Amino acid sequence: MSAAATAGGLRGRLREFLLRPEASVIVVAVVLVIYFQFANVNFLTNANLQTLSQFIATPVIIACGEIMLLICREIDLSVGQVFALAPFVMERAHDWGLPVPLAMAVALAVSGGVGFVIGLITLRLRVPSFITTLGMLFLITGLTLTISRGFPADTPGGKLLTNLMGNWGYAEICWAFAVVALMHIVLRHTRWGLHTIATGGNAIAAAEAGIDIDRIRMGNFILTSTLGGFAGLLEAFRIGSTDPLAGGSNIMFLGVASGVIGGTAIAGGAGTIIGGLVGGIVLGVLQDGFTLQGINAFTFDIIIGAAILLAMVANIHLARLRGGAR
Amino acid sequence: MSTEALRAERIVKTFGHVTALAGVSMHVARGEMLGILGDNGAGKSTLMKILTGFHQPSSGQVFVNGAPVTLASVDRARALGIECVYQDLALINGLSIYHNLFLNRELLRPGPFRLLDHRAMRERARAALADIGVNIPSVDLEVGQLSGGQRQAIAVARAVASDARILLLDEPLAAMGAREAGLIIDLIERLKSRGDIAIVMIAHNYAQTLEICDRVMLMQHGEVTYESRAAETSAAELLEIVRREYRAARAG
Repeated sequence: MSAAATAGGLRGRLREFLLRPEASVIVVAVVLVIYFQFANVNFLTNANLQTLSQFIATPVIIACGEIMLLICREIDLSVGQVFALAPFVMERAHDWGLPVPLAMAVALAVSGGVGFVIGLITLRLRVPSFITTLGMLFLITGLTLTISRGFPADTPGGKLLTNLMGNWGYAEICWAFAVVALMHIVLRHTRWGLHTIATGGNAIAAAEAGIDIDRIRMGNFILTSTLGGFAGLLEAFRIGSTDPLAGGSNIMFLGVASGVIGGTAIAGGAGTIIGGLVGGIVLGVLQDGFTLQGINAFTFDIIIGAAILLAMVANIHLARLRGGAR
Repeated sequence: MSTEALRAERIVKTFGHVTALAGVSMHVARGEMLGILGDNGAGKSTLMKILTGFHQPSSGQVFVNGAPVTLASVDRARALGIECVYQDLALINGLSIYHNLFLNRELLRPGPFRLLDHRAMRERARAALADIGVNIPSVDLEVGQLSGGQRQAIAVARAVASDARILLLDEPLAAMGAREAGLIIDLIERLKSRGDIAIVMIAHNYAQTLEICDRVMLMQHGEVTYESRAAETSAAELLEIVRREYRAARAG
């Protein structure tokens, strides 16, 4: 009797888990890790886990911003350029005599400022954010190249700060986890998150309920750019220098793909930060796993592309099944 | 006599060169239900949006409980007890029932972090639905999974749960089958019988409106062209007025 009830409860809980939008991507991630560990004993070693974690951290931090934007039906294509801009702003501010932590704050403020400008152009001048940020993408690339005169810059900072901000092997992923935890709470347990979902789900209804939808959108533009700048700073501390062409659209697309693979609806109104984390892990594991297997660099992109498509097809159809199950 | 809850006098609203409302007056008392009929573009929805503070009138005055008020925003109108259930259903499909019931009025946990109090919202949502006799299996269901009638009931429940004293219903029975409409009509009747709520309903269907409203008003081209107690008129009479208007428009 009680055993049957427990089994039912377990099955019920399993069912509940499988009905979550993140479920399919979590299953995919676990399967991939198991596969690569069997295919290559070096997969789950400390050295490789460090590499893997560093590869995952940046797209995941960027995904946290893009997910919030996607949920309220916006997108930021220029976040990868802010990623490269921020370290140069920090370096210049340091040159002018600011201590490194303050220089970092200036860099983050400038990054946030980019989001503010994107918000103004999108919300006040009514240019779709896809176009606004496409323009910003080129504009900021040029800005970074001008500031840097096209040369890489060394990252300033003492040993402790440098280690804390990314040079220690697992520092970046720890920051990524912190950002994920914070953004998950923001999305699920604050009015801001709820109103972001409402804005993307039904903007008219949200406005009629008295929600200031432009404020929500603006805030999420600023958030995304700031997170992009933050990820850029972490990467600069990890590597010790920054190339003016670092990051770019590649990192942005990885961030967006992490979110979408994780179950965030590209049409807005629904999304999950945890799913974005797992989506980022899936992309990282694929890239790292195939690299370990020594797959040719040309075939590599084919495999990644196919994997993204496959994950998307699976996700969309599993979501439909979920809808039908209820 | 009954006590007046809401009155609007000579409301004019223009959008650029278009006059949406050309001096509309209306009133409704507590425990009374007023039906506003009219074609698309007659100005019904504009009037509603002025009464909810969504639009501001170009001229004219609104009174709540006899006192002149300026409905400068949706929040201000709400603070005065005016709630609207919109035709496009101000519900968010991707959010649960209880999140929708508390949209922009969320309950927060005590403490500095201003986190949502999901448990309290669930409990209050259950109580609010039970209070007006709406039967839904779980308040955790996403609104997108409900039927049209259930969604409308949730929208009405949200308005009532937020202490609405003046309830504005924008086409509450549109695009609804007879059984679903019955659900909402029952709900409206229960609210009316409480006696403390004034209800204004916008509708297309003359027979239905005469059936559930105490008084009806006909709007055409931004003006009120006819007003009567529901018991003293008929759908045929209302139709005749509209038909006359059509003929005049075609002749002109």
